Amino acid sequence: MPDTPLFAMSIHEARKRLDEGDISSVELTESVLNRIREAEPAVDAYITVCRETALRQAEAADRAIAEKKAGPLTGIPLAVKDLICTKEHPTTCASRMLSDFIPPYDATVMEKLNQAGAVLVGKTNMDEFAMGSSTENSAFKITKNPWNTDRIPGGSSGGSAAAVASDMCLGSLGSDTGGSIRQPASHCGVVGVKPTYGRVSRYGLVAFASSLDQIGPIAGNVEDAAILLEAIAGHDPRDSTSIDRPVPAYREALAGDVSGLTIGIPREYMETEGLDPEVAGAVNRAVDIFRSAGAACIDISLPYTHHAVAAYYLVAPAEASSNLARYDGVKYGFRDASVKNDLKEMYTETRSKGFGAEVRRRILLGTYALSSGYYDAYYKKASQVRTLIRQGFSEAFARCDVILSPVAPTAAFPIGEKADDPLQMYLSDIFTLSANMAGVPGLSVPCGFTANGLPVGLQLTGNHFAEDTILHAAWAFEQIAGLGAEKPPLQPAA
Amino acid sequence: MKISKDEVRHVAGLARLKIDDADLERFAGQLGVVLEYIESLETLDTEGIVPTAHAVLTKNAFREDEETGSLDRDSALAGAPESEDGFFVVPKIIE
Repeated sequence: MPDTPLFAMSIHEARKRLDEGDISSVELTESVLNRIREAEPAVDAYITVCRETALRQAEAADRAIAEKKAGPLTGIPLAVKDLICTKEHPTTCASRMLSDFIPPYDATVMEKLNQAGAVLVGKTNMDEFAMGSSTENSAFKITKNPWNTDRIPGGSSGGSAAAVASDMCLGSLGSDTGGSIRQPASHCGVVGVKPTYGRVSRYGLVAFASSLDQIGPIAGNVEDAAILLEAIAGHDPRDSTSIDRPVPAYREALAGDVSGLTIGIPREYMETEGLDPEVAGAVNRAVDIFRSAGAACIDISLPYTHHAVAAYYLVAPAEASSNLARYDGVKYGFRDASVKNDLKEMYTETRSKGFGAEVRRRILLGTYALSSGYYDAYYKKASQVRTLIRQGFSEAFARCDVILSPVAPTAAFPIGEKADDPLQMYLSDIFTLSANMAGVPGLSVPCGFTANGLPVGLQLTGNHFAEDTILHAAWAFEQIAGLGAEKPPLQPAA
Repeated sequence: MKISKDEVRHVAGLARLKIDDADLERFAGQLGVVLEYIESLETLDTEGIVPTAHAVLTKNAFREDEETGSLDRDSALAGAPESEDGFFVVPKIIE
Protein backbone atom coordinates (compact mmCIF):
# COMPACT_ATOMS: atom_id res chain seq x y z
CA MET A 1 0.00 0.00 0.00
CA PRO A 2 1.46 3.38 -0.97
CA ASP A 3 2.17 5.90 1.77
CA THR A 4 -0.72 8.24 2.57
CA PRO A 5 0.07 11.66 1.10
CA LEU A 6 0.84 14.16 3.85
CA PHE A 7 -2.26 16.25 3.11
CA ALA A 8 -4.53 13.23 3.69
CA MET A 9 -3.34 12.59 7.23
CA SER A 10 -5.52 13.08 10.27
CA ILE A 11 -4.57 15.71 12.84
CA HIS A 12 -3.53 13.10 15.39
CA GLU A 13 -1.40 11.16 12.86
CA ALA A 14 0.28 14.38 11.73
CA ARG A 15 0.93 15.32 15.37
CA LYS A 16 2.77 12.06 15.95
CA ARG A 17 4.91 12.38 12.84
CA LEU A 18 5.67 16.05 13.49
CA ASP A 19 6.74 15.31 17.06
CA GLU A 20 8.87 12.37 15.94
CA GLY A 21 10.65 14.66 13.47
CA ASP A 22 9.57 12.39 10.65
CA ILE A 23 7.97 15.33 8.78
CA SER A 24 8.11 19.11 9.20
CA SER A 25 5.19 21.50 9.36
CA VAL A 26 6.59 23.26 6.29
CA GLU A 27 6.46 19.99 4.32
CA LEU A 28 2.96 19.28 5.59
CA THR A 29 1.77 22.81 4.83
CA GLU A 30 3.29 22.74 1.34
CA SER A 31 1.56 19.42 0.73
CA VAL A 32 -1.79 20.92 1.75
CA LEU A 33 -1.20 24.06 -0.36
CA ASN A 34 -0.39 21.85 -3.36
CA ARG A 35 -3.53 19.85 -2.70
CA ILE A 36 -5.52 23.10 -2.69
CA ARG A 37 -4.01 23.99 -6.07
CA GLU A 38 -5.11 20.58 -7.37
CA ALA A 39 -8.59 20.22 -5.86
CA GLU A 40 -9.81 23.79 -5.43
CA PRO A 41 -10.80 24.33 -9.09
CA ALA A 42 -13.31 21.47 -8.76
CA VAL A 43 -14.54 22.24 -5.23
CA ASP A 44 -14.31 26.05 -4.73
CA ALA A 45 -14.10 25.73 -0.96
CA TYR A 46 -11.93 28.78 -0.29
CA ILE A 47 -12.51 32.51 -0.51
CA THR A 48 -8.92 33.30 0.53
CA VAL A 49 -5.86 31.05 0.55
CA CYS A 50 -3.23 32.41 2.96
CA ARG A 51 -0.17 30.90 1.30
CA GLU A 52 2.58 33.19 2.59
CA THR A 53 1.41 33.54 6.17
CA ALA A 54 0.75 29.80 6.30
CA LEU A 55 4.34 29.02 5.37
CA ARG A 56 5.61 31.61 7.86
CA GLN A 57 3.46 30.04 10.61
CA ALA A 58 4.72 26.59 9.59
CA GLU A 59 8.34 27.71 9.98
CA ALA A 60 7.57 29.09 13.43
CA ALA A 61 5.80 25.83 14.32
CA ASP A 62 8.84 23.82 13.24
CA ARG A 63 11.00 25.89 15.59
CA ALA A 64 8.55 25.29 18.46
CA ILE A 65 8.50 21.56 17.72
CA ALA A 66 12.32 21.45 17.68
CA GLU A 67 12.30 23.16 21.09
CA LYS A 68 9.81 20.57 22.38
CA LYS A 69 7.22 23.31 22.93
CA ALA A 70 4.57 21.81 20.64
CA GLY A 71 0.91 21.51 21.66
CA PRO A 72 -1.76 19.38 19.96
CA LEU A 73 -2.23 21.80 17.06
CA THR A 74 1.29 23.16 16.57
CA GLY A 75 2.11 23.08 12.87
CA ILE A 76 -1.28 21.65 11.81
CA PRO A 77 -2.79 23.26 8.65
CA LEU A 78 -6.35 24.40 9.36
CA ALA A 79 -9.00 26.52 7.66
CA VAL A 80 -11.65 28.78 9.18
CA LYS A 81 -14.99 29.96 7.89
CA ASP A 82 -14.83 33.45 6.46
CA LEU A 83 -16.96 35.01 9.18
CA ILE A 84 -14.32 34.50 11.88
CA CYS A 85 -12.28 37.69 12.18
CA THR A 86 -8.63 37.43 11.18
CA LYS A 87 -6.46 40.46 11.66
CA GLU A 88 -4.16 39.79 8.72
CA HIS A 89 -6.69 38.49 6.22
CA PRO A 90 -9.96 39.67 4.69
CA THR A 91 -13.11 38.45 6.45
CA THR A 92 -15.85 38.72 3.88
CA CYS A 93 -18.81 36.68 5.21
CA ALA A 94 -19.16 35.79 1.50
CA SER A 95 -20.83 39.16 1.09
CA ARG A 96 -20.25 42.06 -1.24
CA MET A 97 -20.84 44.18 1.87
CA LEU A 98 -17.54 43.01 3.38
CA SER A 99 -15.58 42.03 0.28
CA ASP A 100 -12.63 44.26 1.24
CA PHE A 101 -12.98 44.13 5.01
CA ILE A 102 -9.84 43.36 7.01
CA PRO A 103 -10.74 43.20 10.71
CA PRO A 104 -8.64 45.25 13.14
CA TYR A 105 -8.53 42.32 15.58
CA ASP A 106 -8.51 38.52 15.75
CA ALA A 107 -11.51 36.54 16.99
CA THR A 108 -10.88 34.78 20.31
CA VAL A 109 -10.84 31.40 18.55
CA MET A 110 -8.16 32.74 16.18
CA GLU A 111 -6.09 33.97 19.13
CA LYS A 112 -6.39 30.50 20.61
CA LEU A 113 -5.37 28.79 17.35
CA ASN A 114 -2.47 31.21 16.92
CA GLN A 115 -1.28 30.64 20.47
CA ALA A 116 -1.52 26.89 19.85
CA GLY A 117 0.81 27.31 16.86
CA ALA A 118 -1.72 26.19 14.25
CA VAL A 119 -1.21 27.07 10.59
CA LEU A 120 -4.04 28.97 8.86
CA VAL A 121 -4.16 27.90 5.20
CA GLY A 122 -7.29 29.80 4.28
CA LYS A 123 -10.73 31.26 4.84
CA THR A 124 -13.59 29.15 3.59
CA ASN A 125 -16.68 29.88 1.53
CA MET A 126 -20.14 30.01 3.09
CA ASP A 127 -23.67 31.24 2.57
CA GLU A 128 -23.64 35.03 2.84
CA PHE A 129 -23.66 35.99 6.54
CA ALA A 130 -24.25 32.26 7.27
CA MET A 131 -27.80 32.44 5.93
CA GLY A 132 -28.46 29.29 3.98
CA SER A 133 -28.18 25.52 3.90
CA SER A 134 -26.31 25.00 0.63
CA THR A 135 -23.44 27.55 0.24
CA GLU A 136 -25.22 28.72 -2.92
CA ASN A 137 -25.83 32.11 -1.30
CA SER A 138 -22.17 33.19 -1.48
CA ALA A 139 -21.53 36.44 -3.35
CA PHE A 140 -18.35 34.94 -4.77
CA LYS A 141 -18.66 31.26 -5.72
CA ILE A 142 -20.68 28.10 -5.24
CA THR A 143 -18.83 25.39 -3.34
CA LYS A 144 -19.32 21.88 -4.72
CA ASN A 145 -19.72 18.65 -2.81
CA PRO A 146 -16.44 16.69 -3.17
CA TRP A 147 -18.44 13.43 -3.42
CA ASN A 148 -20.41 14.72 -6.41
CA THR A 149 -19.57 18.14 -7.75
CA ASP A 150 -23.07 18.61 -9.23
CA ARG A 151 -24.39 18.73 -5.68
CA ILE A 152 -24.34 21.21 -2.83
CA PRO A 153 -21.91 20.65 0.06
CA GLY A 154 -24.54 21.78 2.57
CA GLY A 155 -24.32 25.05 4.40
CA SER A 156 -23.77 27.48 5.66
CA SER A 157 -20.28 26.17 6.57
CA GLY A 158 -20.09 24.38 3.20
CA GLY A 159 -16.55 25.52 2.42
CA SER A 160 -15.22 24.35 5.79
CA ALA A 161 -16.81 20.90 5.37
CA ALA A 162 -15.83 20.49 1.70
CA ALA A 163 -12.24 21.58 2.44
CA VAL A 164 -11.89 18.86 5.09
CA ALA A 165 -13.59 16.22 2.91
CA SER A 166 -11.27 16.97 -0.03
CA ASP A 167 -8.12 17.08 2.15
CA MET A 168 -7.53 20.78 1.51
CA CYS A 169 -6.91 21.21 5.26
CA LEU A 170 -6.61 18.80 8.19
CA GLY A 171 -9.48 20.38 10.09
CA SER A 172 -11.54 23.54 10.10
CA LEU A 173 -13.85 25.78 12.06
CA GLY A 174 -17.40 26.57 11.08
CA SER A 175 -20.33 28.22 12.81
CA ASP A 176 -23.74 26.76 13.51
CA THR A 177 -26.89 28.86 13.99
CA GLY A 178 -29.47 26.29 12.87
CA GLY A 179 -27.37 23.36 11.64
CA SER A 180 -24.64 25.12 9.68
CA ILE A 181 -21.85 22.86 10.97
CA ARG A 182 -23.71 19.56 11.33
CA GLN A 183 -25.58 19.59 8.01
CA PRO A 184 -22.56 20.29 5.73
CA ALA A 185 -20.50 17.80 7.76
CA SER A 186 -23.22 15.24 7.09
CA HIS A 187 -23.38 16.02 3.37
CA CYS A 188 -19.59 15.92 2.99
CA GLY A 189 -19.00 12.76 5.05
CA VAL A 190 -16.97 14.40 7.83
CA VAL A 191 -17.43 15.06 11.55
CA GLY A 192 -18.87 18.40 12.72
CA VAL A 193 -19.64 19.55 16.26
CA LYS A 194 -21.93 22.34 17.42
CA PRO A 195 -20.99 22.97 21.04
CA THR A 196 -23.32 24.06 23.84
CA TYR A 197 -24.29 27.70 23.54
CA GLY A 198 -21.63 29.61 25.50
CA ARG A 199 -18.99 26.86 25.36
CA VAL A 200 -16.92 28.69 22.71
CA SER A 201 -16.43 32.45 22.65
CA ARG A 202 -18.29 34.33 19.93
CA TYR A 203 -15.96 37.34 20.20
CA GLY A 204 -14.90 38.12 16.63
CA LEU A 205 -17.53 35.88 15.07
CA VAL A 206 -19.53 38.10 12.73
CA ALA A 207 -23.02 37.97 14.23
CA PHE A 208 -26.01 36.39 12.49
CA ALA A 209 -28.40 35.45 15.32
CA SER A 210 -26.58 36.08 18.58
CA SER A 211 -28.65 33.83 20.85
CA LEU A 212 -28.17 30.85 18.48
CA ASP A 213 -24.69 31.27 16.91
CA GLN A 214 -21.89 28.99 18.06
CA ILE A 215 -18.45 28.24 16.58
CA GLY A 216 -17.38 24.61 16.33
CA PRO A 217 -14.94 22.21 14.68
CA ILE A 218 -15.16 20.16 11.48
CA ALA A 219 -12.68 17.30 11.07
CA GLY A 220 -12.09 13.98 9.36
CA ASN A 221 -12.70 11.92 12.48
CA VAL A 222 -14.08 12.23 16.02
CA GLU A 223 -10.70 12.37 17.76
CA ASP A 224 -9.59 15.32 15.62
CA ALA A 225 -12.87 17.11 16.31
CA ALA A 226 -12.28 16.59 20.05
CA ILE A 227 -8.75 18.03 19.75
CA LEU A 228 -10.07 21.12 17.95
CA LEU A 229 -12.96 21.64 20.36
CA GLU A 230 -10.64 21.45 23.35
CA ALA A 231 -8.41 24.11 21.75
CA ILE A 232 -11.18 26.64 21.11
CA ALA A 233 -13.53 26.13 24.09
CA GLY A 234 -13.50 28.17 27.26
CA HIS A 235 -14.71 31.28 29.00
CA ASP A 236 -13.93 34.67 27.47
CA PRO A 237 -14.65 37.90 29.35
CA ARG A 238 -15.13 39.60 25.96
CA ASP A 239 -18.22 37.45 25.26
CA SER A 240 -20.65 37.97 28.13
CA THR A 241 -22.64 34.91 27.04
CA SER A 242 -19.65 32.57 27.25
CA ILE A 243 -19.85 30.29 30.25
CA ASP A 244 -17.23 30.25 32.99
CA ARG A 245 -16.82 26.53 33.39
CA PRO A 246 -13.70 24.34 33.05
CA VAL A 247 -13.04 22.75 29.65
CA PRO A 248 -12.86 18.95 29.95
CA ALA A 249 -10.06 17.01 28.26
CA TYR A 250 -12.43 15.78 25.55
CA ARG A 251 -10.00 13.20 24.18
CA GLU A 252 -10.07 11.38 27.51
CA ALA A 253 -13.74 10.64 26.86
CA LEU A 254 -12.77 8.66 23.76
CA ALA A 255 -12.36 5.26 25.38
CA GLY A 256 -14.49 2.36 26.47
CA ASP A 257 -17.69 0.95 25.05
CA VAL A 258 -21.28 2.18 25.03
CA SER A 259 -22.78 -0.33 27.44
CA GLY A 260 -24.62 1.66 30.05
CA LEU A 261 -25.42 4.42 27.56
CA THR A 262 -29.10 5.15 26.95
CA ILE A 263 -29.90 6.48 23.49
CA GLY A 264 -33.23 8.12 22.74
CA ILE A 265 -34.68 8.08 19.24
CA PRO A 266 -37.29 10.83 18.78
CA ARG A 267 -40.27 9.39 16.96
CA GLU A 268 -41.22 12.81 15.53
CA TYR A 269 -37.93 12.84 13.62
CA MET A 270 -38.21 9.36 12.16
CA GLU A 271 -41.85 9.99 11.16
CA THR A 272 -41.13 13.30 9.43
CA GLU A 273 -42.64 13.60 5.98
CA GLY A 274 -39.86 13.98 3.44
CA LEU A 275 -37.33 11.86 5.34
CA ASP A 276 -35.57 9.94 2.58
CA PRO A 277 -35.86 6.14 3.07
CA GLU A 278 -32.14 5.74 2.35
CA VAL A 279 -31.30 8.22 5.10
CA ALA A 280 -33.74 6.55 7.49
CA GLY A 281 -32.18 3.18 6.61
CA ALA A 282 -28.65 4.36 7.37
CA VAL A 283 -29.81 5.85 10.68
CA ASN A 284 -31.68 2.68 11.63
CA ARG A 285 -28.56 0.61 10.90
CA ALA A 286 -26.67 2.93 13.27
CA VAL A 287 -29.27 2.21 15.94
CA ASP A 288 -28.65 -1.53 15.39
CA ILE A 289 -24.91 -0.98 15.76
CA PHE A 290 -25.37 0.86 19.05
CA ARG A 291 -27.78 -1.79 20.31
CA SER A 292 -25.38 -4.61 19.39
CA ALA A 293 -22.61 -2.73 21.19
CA GLY A 294 -24.63 -2.76 24.40
CA ALA A 295 -26.39 0.61 24.43
CA ALA A 296 -30.03 0.81 25.43
CA CYS A 297 -32.04 2.38 22.60
CA ILE A 298 -35.41 3.80 23.59
CA ASP A 299 -38.26 5.60 21.87
CA ILE A 300 -38.63 9.21 23.01
CA SER A 301 -40.71 12.22 22.03
CA LEU A 302 -39.64 15.77 21.14
CA PRO A 303 -43.15 17.07 20.67
CA TYR A 304 -42.29 20.55 19.36
CA THR A 305 -40.03 19.39 16.51
CA HIS A 306 -42.32 20.62 13.76
CA HIS A 307 -43.06 23.94 15.44
CA ALA A 308 -39.33 24.51 15.89
CA VAL A 309 -38.85 25.39 12.22
CA ALA A 310 -41.54 28.06 12.38
CA ALA A 311 -40.23 29.47 15.66
CA TYR A 312 -36.64 29.43 14.42
CA TYR A 313 -37.52 31.33 11.25
CA LEU A 314 -38.90 34.12 13.40
CA VAL A 315 -36.19 34.24 16.08
CA ALA A 316 -33.19 33.96 13.75
CA PRO A 317 -34.31 36.56 11.16
CA ALA A 318 -35.44 38.92 13.96
CA GLU A 319 -31.99 38.81 15.53
CA ALA A 320 -30.37 39.04 12.09
CA SER A 321 -32.35 42.13 11.10
CA SER A 322 -31.11 43.81 14.26
CA ASN A 323 -27.50 42.60 13.95
CA LEU A 324 -27.21 43.56 10.29
CA ALA A 325 -28.41 47.11 10.95
CA ARG A 326 -24.73 47.92 11.57
CA TYR A 327 -23.91 47.72 7.85
CA ASP A 328 -24.49 51.34 6.98
CA GLY A 329 -21.58 52.20 4.70
CA VAL A 330 -19.98 54.42 7.35
CA LYS A 331 -17.68 52.51 9.70
CA TYR A 332 -16.38 49.69 7.49
CA GLY A 333 -17.35 47.64 4.49
CA PHE A 334 -18.99 48.65 1.25
CA ARG A 335 -20.47 52.07 0.56
CA ASP A 336 -22.34 53.15 -2.54
CA ALA A 337 -20.20 56.22 -3.08
CA SER A 338 -22.38 57.49 -5.92
CA VAL A 339 -24.81 59.01 -3.39
CA LYS A 340 -23.26 62.31 -2.39
CA ASN A 341 -25.89 64.44 -0.69
CA ASP A 342 -28.37 62.28 1.19
CA LEU A 343 -27.43 60.14 4.19
CA LYS A 344 -30.59 58.04 4.21
CA GLU A 345 -30.30 57.45 0.49
CA MET A 346 -26.65 56.40 0.99
CA TYR A 347 -27.69 53.86 3.67
CA THR A 348 -30.42 52.47 1.45
CA GLU A 349 -28.34 52.19 -1.71
CA THR A 350 -25.41 50.69 0.22
CA ARG A 351 -27.54 48.04 1.89
CA SER A 352 -29.56 47.23 -1.23
CA LYS A 353 -26.42 46.70 -3.32
CA GLY A 354 -24.27 45.17 -0.57
CA PHE A 355 -26.63 42.38 0.56
CA GLY A 356 -27.68 39.42 -1.58
CA ALA A 357 -31.24 38.17 -2.01
CA GLU A 358 -31.40 35.70 0.92
CA VAL A 359 -29.93 38.21 3.37
CA ARG A 360 -32.44 40.83 2.23
CA ARG A 361 -35.27 38.29 2.54
CA ARG A 362 -34.32 37.47 6.11
CA ILE A 363 -33.90 41.12 7.08
CA LEU A 364 -37.42 41.74 5.71
CA LEU A 365 -38.85 38.76 7.58
CA GLY A 366 -37.13 39.78 10.81
CA THR A 367 -38.10 43.44 10.51
CA TYR A 368 -41.69 42.40 9.83
CA ALA A 369 -41.73 40.07 12.86
CA LEU A 370 -40.42 42.82 15.12
CA SER A 371 -42.49 45.65 13.69
CA SER A 372 -45.16 47.47 15.64
CA GLY A 373 -48.33 45.43 15.99
CA TYR A 374 -46.74 42.11 15.08
CA TYR A 375 -44.25 41.67 17.92
CA ASP A 376 -46.54 39.66 20.24
CA ALA A 377 -47.92 37.43 17.50
CA TYR A 378 -44.50 36.61 16.07
CA TYR A 379 -41.35 37.25 18.09
CA LYS A 380 -42.87 36.82 21.55
CA LYS A 381 -44.81 33.74 20.48
CA ALA A 382 -41.68 32.21 18.95
CA SER A 383 -39.70 32.93 22.13
CA GLN A 384 -42.39 31.16 24.16
CA VAL A 385 -42.27 28.17 21.81
CA ARG A 386 -38.53 28.22 22.38
CA THR A 387 -39.19 27.65 26.08
CA LEU A 388 -41.35 24.63 25.17
CA ILE A 389 -38.58 23.27 22.91
CA ARG A 390 -36.04 23.68 25.73
CA GLN A 391 -38.35 21.91 28.19
CA GLY A 392 -38.88 19.12 25.64
CA PHE A 393 -35.13 18.47 25.58
CA SER A 394 -34.91 18.60 29.40
CA GLU A 395 -37.62 15.97 29.67
CA ALA A 396 -35.93 13.83 27.03
CA PHE A 397 -32.56 14.02 28.80
CA ALA A 398 -34.19 12.86 32.00
CA ARG A 399 -34.72 9.56 30.17
CA CYS A 400 -31.63 9.24 27.93
CA ASP A 401 -28.00 10.37 27.66
CA VAL A 402 -27.89 10.96 23.93
CA ILE A 403 -30.53 11.70 21.30
CA LEU A 404 -29.92 9.95 17.99
CA SER A 405 -31.44 11.17 14.73
CA PRO A 406 -30.74 11.98 11.10
CA VAL A 407 -28.93 15.28 10.50
CA ALA A 408 -30.91 16.20 7.39
CA PRO A 409 -33.96 14.65 5.70
CA THR A 410 -32.02 13.88 2.51
CA ALA A 411 -28.43 13.52 1.33
CA ALA A 412 -26.88 16.45 -0.58
CA PHE A 413 -29.32 17.79 -3.18
CA PRO A 414 -28.39 19.05 -6.68
CA ILE A 415 -27.11 22.62 -7.01
CA GLY A 416 -30.03 24.90 -7.89
CA GLU A 417 -32.79 22.53 -6.74
CA LYS A 418 -34.09 24.68 -3.87
CA ALA A 419 -32.53 28.00 -4.80
CA ASP A 420 -35.88 29.68 -5.57
CA ASP A 421 -37.89 28.04 -2.80
CA PRO A 422 -36.87 29.47 0.58
CA LEU A 423 -39.42 27.46 2.57
CA GLN A 424 -38.19 24.12 1.18
CA MET A 425 -34.63 25.21 2.00
CA TYR A 426 -35.68 26.17 5.55
CA LEU A 427 -37.44 22.82 6.06
CA SER A 428 -34.17 21.00 5.34
CA ASP A 429 -32.98 22.30 8.76
CA ILE A 430 -35.78 20.55 10.67
CA PHE A 431 -33.57 18.06 12.55
CA THR A 432 -30.78 20.48 13.46
CA LEU A 433 -32.26 23.80 14.45
CA SER A 434 -33.97 22.61 17.65
CA ALA A 435 -30.54 22.13 19.24
CA ASN A 436 -29.75 25.81 18.64
CA MET A 437 -33.11 26.87 20.04
CA ALA A 438 -32.42 24.78 23.17
CA GLY A 439 -28.69 25.62 23.34
CA VAL A 440 -27.67 21.96 23.54
CA PRO A 441 -24.63 20.45 21.78
CA GLY A 442 -24.93 18.21 18.74
CA LEU A 443 -22.66 16.57 16.23
CA SER A 444 -22.71 14.81 12.90
CA VAL A 445 -20.71 11.64 12.30
CA PRO A 446 -20.76 9.65 9.03
CA CYS A 447 -23.12 6.65 9.19
CA GLY A 448 -23.40 5.43 5.59
CA PHE A 449 -23.88 6.23 1.93
CA THR A 450 -26.83 6.41 -0.40
CA ALA A 451 -26.95 4.06 -3.39
CA ASN A 452 -25.43 6.76 -5.56
CA GLY A 453 -22.51 7.32 -3.23
CA LEU A 454 -23.54 10.36 -1.20
CA PRO A 455 -22.58 10.43 2.50
CA VAL A 456 -25.24 10.28 5.21
CA GLY A 457 -24.59 11.71 8.67
CA LEU A 458 -25.86 10.60 12.05
CA GLN A 459 -26.77 13.31 14.55
CA LEU A 460 -26.02 12.77 18.22
CA THR A 461 -27.36 15.46 20.55
CA GLY A 462 -26.47 15.81 24.22
CA ASN A 463 -27.57 17.78 27.23
CA HIS A 464 -26.01 21.17 27.99
CA PHE A 465 -22.22 20.77 28.35
CA ALA A 466 -22.34 17.02 27.58
CA GLU A 467 -19.98 17.33 24.61
CA ASP A 468 -17.88 14.57 26.17
CA THR A 469 -20.87 12.20 26.15
CA ILE A 470 -21.74 12.72 22.47
CA LEU A 471 -18.07 12.65 21.41
CA HIS A 472 -17.66 9.34 23.24
CA ALA A 473 -20.75 7.85 21.58
CA ALA A 474 -19.64 9.11 18.15
CA TRP A 475 -16.13 7.79 18.66
CA ALA A 476 -17.41 4.36 19.73
CA PHE A 477 -19.69 4.29 16.68
CA GLU A 478 -16.83 5.34 14.39
CA GLN A 479 -14.64 2.52 15.74
CA ILE A 480 -17.29 -0.03 14.76
CA ALA A 481 -18.68 1.51 11.56
CA GLY A 482 -15.26 2.68 10.32
CA LEU A 483 -16.65 5.06 7.69
CA GLY A 484 -14.18 7.86 8.32
CA ALA A 485 -11.54 6.23 6.13
CA GLU A 486 -13.65 6.63 2.99
CA LYS A 487 -12.46 9.43 0.72
CA PRO A 488 -14.41 11.17 -2.04
CA PRO A 489 -13.57 10.09 -5.60
CA LEU A 490 -12.60 13.64 -6.44
CA GLN A 491 -11.55 14.21 -10.01
CA PRO A 492 -9.29 17.14 -10.83
CA ALA A 493 -11.13 19.86 -12.75
CA ALA A 494 -11.18 19.36 -16.50
CA MET B 1 -51.61 36.67 -0.15
CA LYS B 2 -50.25 36.76 3.39
CA ILE B 3 -48.20 39.90 2.83
CA SER B 4 -48.89 42.57 0.18
CA LYS B 5 -46.35 44.30 -2.02
CA ASP B 6 -47.10 47.54 -0.18
CA GLU B 7 -46.32 45.89 3.15
CA VAL B 8 -43.05 44.53 1.79
CA ARG B 9 -42.18 48.02 0.53
CA HIS B 10 -43.00 49.50 3.94
CA VAL B 11 -40.94 46.93 5.85
CA ALA B 12 -38.07 47.38 3.39
CA GLY B 13 -38.15 51.10 4.13
CA LEU B 14 -37.89 50.42 7.87
CA ALA B 15 -34.86 48.21 7.19
CA ARG B 16 -33.29 50.79 4.83
CA LEU B 17 -33.60 48.48 1.85
CA LYS B 18 -34.83 49.33 -1.61
CA ILE B 19 -36.58 46.51 -3.45
CA ASP B 20 -37.13 46.85 -7.19
CA ASP B 21 -40.49 45.91 -8.74
CA ALA B 22 -39.46 42.46 -9.92
CA ASP B 23 -38.05 41.53 -6.49
CA LEU B 24 -41.08 43.02 -4.75
CA GLU B 25 -43.36 40.54 -6.47
CA ARG B 26 -40.98 37.64 -5.79
CA PHE B 27 -40.28 38.54 -2.14
CA ALA B 28 -43.97 39.11 -1.35
CA GLY B 29 -44.75 35.65 -2.71
CA GLN B 30 -41.85 33.93 -0.91
CA LEU B 31 -42.40 35.73 2.40
CA GLY B 32 -46.11 34.97 2.14
CA VAL B 33 -45.40 31.25 1.91
CA VAL B 34 -43.03 31.42 4.88
CA LEU B 35 -45.47 33.45 6.99
CA GLU B 36 -48.26 31.03 6.18
CA TYR B 37 -46.07 28.19 7.42
CA ILE B 38 -45.25 30.18 10.56
CA GLU B 39 -48.99 30.50 11.29
CA SER B 40 -48.87 26.91 12.52
CA LEU B 41 -47.56 28.36 15.80
CA GLU B 42 -51.03 29.73 16.47
CA THR B 43 -52.22 26.18 17.22
CA LEU B 44 -49.92 26.03 20.25
CA ASP B 45 -51.21 27.28 23.57
CA THR B 46 -48.44 29.41 25.06
CA GLU B 47 -50.54 31.21 27.66
CA GLY B 48 -48.36 31.90 30.70
CA ILE B 49 -45.17 30.45 29.16
CA VAL B 50 -42.14 32.61 29.94
CA PRO B 51 -40.30 33.50 26.71
CA THR B 52 -36.71 32.29 26.27
CA ALA B 53 -34.19 34.81 25.00
CA HIS B 54 -31.09 32.76 25.82
CA ALA B 55 -31.13 28.99 26.00
CA VAL B 56 -28.38 28.54 28.56
CA LEU B 57 -29.41 30.52 31.59
CA THR B 58 -26.77 32.89 32.83
CA LYS B 59 -26.76 35.67 35.36
CA ASN B 60 -25.51 39.13 34.63
CA ALA B 61 -21.86 39.09 33.64
CA PHE B 62 -20.27 41.73 35.81
CA ARG B 63 -16.64 42.81 35.69
CA GLU B 64 -14.50 45.24 37.58
CA ASP B 65 -14.81 48.80 36.30
CA GLU B 66 -11.23 49.00 35.13
CA GLU B 67 -9.77 50.77 32.15
CA THR B 68 -8.47 48.39 29.50
CA GLY B 69 -6.95 48.94 26.09
CA SER B 70 -9.09 49.43 23.01
CA LEU B 71 -8.53 49.99 19.32
CA ASP B 72 -6.48 53.04 18.48
CA ARG B 73 -8.12 55.62 16.27
CA ASP B 74 -6.19 54.73 13.11
CA SER B 75 -7.17 51.05 13.37
CA ALA B 76 -10.79 51.94 14.05
CA LEU B 77 -10.87 54.16 10.96
CA ALA B 78 -8.83 51.86 8.73
CA GLY B 79 -11.88 50.13 7.28
CA ALA B 80 -13.99 53.24 6.79
CA PRO B 81 -15.08 53.94 3.21
CA GLU B 82 -14.25 57.59 3.84
CA SER B 83 -12.51 59.32 6.74
CA GLU B 84 -10.88 62.67 7.34
CA ASP B 85 -8.90 64.19 10.24
CA GLY B 86 -9.75 61.27 12.54
CA PHE B 87 -13.47 61.25 11.73
CA PHE B 88 -15.85 59.10 9.69
CA VAL B 89 -17.18 61.05 6.73
CA VAL B 90 -20.87 60.81 5.79
CA PRO B 91 -22.96 62.70 3.22
CA LYS B 92 -24.13 66.11 4.42
CA ILE B 93 -27.06 65.81 6.85
CA ILE B 94 -27.68 69.46 7.77
CA GLU B 95 -28.60 72.13 5.27
